[in-house]
Amino acid sequence: MLSVAINDLRFRNPLLLASGILDESGESMLQVIKHGAGGVVTKSIGMEPREGYENPVIYELSYGLLNAIGLANPGIENYGEEIKIAKRGGVPVIGSVFGKDAEEFAYLARKMEEYGVDAVELNLSCPHARGYGMEIGVDAALVEEIVKEVKRKVNIPVWAKLTPNTHNIVEIAKAASDSDALVLINTVRAMAIDIEAKLPVLSNIFGGLSGPCIKPIGIRAVYEVYREVEKPIVGVGGIIDARDVIEYIMAGASAVEIGTAIYLRGIHVFSEIASEMEDWMKKHGYEKIEELVGIAQVR
Amino acid sequence: MYRVVEIEEIIKETPTIKTFFFRDETQPSPGQFYMIWLPGVDEFPMSISYIGERKAFSVKLVGEGTRKMHSLSEGDRLWIRGPYGRGFVEKNKKALFVGGGSGMATLAPLIERMRGDVVIAARTKEELLFKRRFKNRRVYIATDDGSEGFRGFAHELVERLLEENEYEIIYTCGPELMMRKLIDIAIERGLDIQASLERLMKCGIGICDSCSINGYRVCVDGPVFEKDILIEMSDLGRYTRDRAGRRVPL
Repeated sequence: MLSVAINDLRFRNPLLLASGILDESGESMLQVIKHGAGGVVTKSIGMEPREGYENPVIYELSYGLLNAIGLANPGIENYGEEIKIAKRGGVPVIGSVFGKDAEEFAYLARKMEEYGVDAVELNLSCPHARGYGMEIGVDAALVEEIVKEVKRKVNIPVWAKLTPNTHNIVEIAKAASDSDALVLINTVRAMAIDIEAKLPVLSNIFGGLSGPCIKPIGIRAVYEVYREVEKPIVGVGGIIDARDVIEYIMAGASAVEIGTAIYLRGIHVFSEIASEMEDWMKKHGYEKIEELVGIAQVR
Repeated sequence: MYRVVEIEEIIKETPTIKTFFFRDETQPSPGQFYMIWLPGVDEFPMSISYIGERKAFSVKLVGEGTRKMHSLSEGDRLWIRGPYGRGFVEKNKKALFVGGGSGMATLAPLIERMRGDVVIAARTKEELLFKRRFKNRRVYIATDDGSEGFRGFAHELVERLLEENEYEIIYTCGPELMMRKLIDIAIERGLDIQASLERLMKCGIGICDSCSINGYRVCVDGPVFEKDILIEMSDLGRYTRDRAGRRVPL
């Protein structure tokens, strides 16, 4: 009922763990899989070990989370064992990577392929790391070059995760259209000030906003890109329950990624949403979730 | 969002540990923790050492953030969020409490709520925390250097006590190697055990994966874990993770 395919990759349900949440260690990914995720995306891995920013790296808001972890990761050379452990979960593991140019992305993607991931996700969208992520991901020419280079170097599917922090996400999506799937969206660049301290809260000052407050931005991005680019879309941003997932799918997403909801509802959120979705589908007479992809598009 | 609390009183407990009293309306249970932000300096997790209306953190000087904390005065402010995590589960079993170093800060509010004997351990007698806090209680002292009480490690004293007493459960907080030894003793002798663990923590709310041990998050699934989970933690006392998330020998 909930099974979906993105290219040739089959998922037991469309609920994947988003990159950056509980996915640095293989054993944590296994826990997420045990609690029902259809697939997991690893923490974004770079060329070297990286400690990330000093605390505070997170700020809790009533409508979401603000974070600037700072791409902390063990480095690609130390990551093979974590993939091996995560693969024991029996669902697709997608390796997220971040580099500063096409050459680094291609190297990282090759290593991920060697480690046995089922696809790679290119982080072209982290909103708070100098020289990486969104700083690359708003440059259409660079995005095109990176995607092409990675596609040349690996045989596994290549997903491009794009940023909402641009005036024209459709243009960037077109530039990334050599990829096998588009992942929309990453967090929205944002900040917060503590008025008693009279200082920005995050040590990095700027961070990424996630949670329920960004869902309409994600829905809009998926809806806009679905009309213009013929690629499977993975929707991300503010998904808390089955209704949110169905909304993304109706906008044009084939699957979704979930992160902040783990904080809001707990690690059980995957299996809970899956059964909520089945209830909704039975009630509305749908047998396959795939029937719903893009049905809200107004032509 | 942070709450701002004012430090009402500061007590110097040992050469490296100070207790900071404040008022806050939250109702933590023993073993839970808060995140303390010192704006412009650092943010770090801290377990609660007094849990009444008048609360306190007992803070050991370990790095930049705690050094700044030790330089604060009565009347200064703290930015806090929490309480977070799972505390101790109070069981109706004959208990032995084993606190090593600043680990006593985490155990103290539990000890005050329950019956049972107490082992206070430290490297040397000046570092023994809350030696006089518990009334009408059997309190055993262990120091690594023998400057007071039993000379040797906490787990060695515990093994002796287990020869003479029928304890059914150990509640512990302290250095990871000490807790590893106590867990092994509990497994071997068929005792129950709960341990409050500490790992490098960043977010405090269960998403960043920094403090995870074998897939269990210290910040949300812990910091207090029960025996069935502790048994599964093969990394405990053996491997830790550095700030970049690399698994490294302890």
